[in-house]
Amino acid sequence: MEGDIAEMGKFIGAGLATMGLGGAGIGVGHIAGNFLAGALRNPSAAPGQMANLFVGIAFAEALGIFSFLIALLLMFAV
Amino acid sequence: MATTDEAAGGLQIHPMDQFIVKPLFGDGPIEWYTPTNVTLWMAIAVLAMVALLVLSTRRRAIVPSRGQSVAELFYGFIHKMVEDVAGHEGLKFFPYVMTLFMFVFLSNILGLIPMSFTTTSHIAVTATLALLVFFTVTIVGFVRKGPGFLAMFWVSSAPLALRPILAMIEVISYFVRPLSHSIRLGGNLMAGHAVIKVFAGFAGAMGVASVVPIAAIVAIYGLELLVASVQAYVFTILTCVYLRDAVGEAHH
Repeated sequence: MEGDIAEMGKFIGAGLATMGLGGAGIGVGHIAGNFLAGALRNPSAAPGQMANLFVGIAFAEALGIFSFLIALLLMFAV
Repeated sequence: MATTDEAAGGLQIHPMDQFIVKPLFGDGPIEWYTPTNVTLWMAIAVLAMVALLVLSTRRRAIVPSRGQSVAELFYGFIHKMVEDVAGHEGLKFFPYVMTLFMFVFLSNILGLIPMSFTTTSHIAVTATLALLVFFTVTIVGFVRKGPGFLAMFWVSSAPLALRPILAMIEVISYFVRPLSHSIRLGGNLMAGHAVIKVFAGFAGAMGVASVVPIAAIVAIYGLELLVASVQAYVFTILTCVYLRDAVGEAHH
């Protein structure tokens, strides 16, 4: 019985950890949307900022990947 | 697990099976010297890199052949990235960054071949690459700047009262770098490949209606192609950003 409850908690925890993906989605969308808004105002400056765009997206996305990692740890390592 | 599979009407999804490391010959225990499928696909990635960059540029011409123009495209792309991001001083590390990019890029792309093995989906592989970058940046920073490298953590443009707190945050974020650097690449590829396998499991269980998941797999495969190249690009550009801390002027 106790093992079942621990198992259940593991699955619930892994499911809850996927909510972090929403935060990553908000962050990446925010960066890409703001980039597009700026790029449409000043298209000539846009190509020079592509590197910054990708670095920003990478940083925002890493936090979402961390939540994925926590879900994996709960499922397979705990 | 067998009972749950039967309960779901023969729906058998094992999305993580593709990441199992197996020995190439027999099925004995895996020692450090055992040739495994990871060894094989890493070797294929290195051979592909040599074929693309060395063999195709052996007979150089003013009017380049197809192979030579692809190799020149990659070379120019990475050279410009290193110069733009890490600065002129960073160009000394161009061979390292180029090797890193080509290895990660070719591993990602080769991993998309059906039945192949994605070496970069393993944290062990990406963590090795990220730790190499981390130690390179730290050692080069201390060799070139001496104790002045620590000034990176002391944000001199901030108000004096805030600086100790900011220094703590900067130190923590410096040591989290190899973690986020490796998990970003490994996690992205692992998640993408697992999604494809989950949809493949749906296709096997749905009979005629499996046209829908197969179409979805085609779409996701296209997305994965984008992810494979973007993640290689991001891994490389972050390497350049970290190298800028070690070789460039202070940018705070």
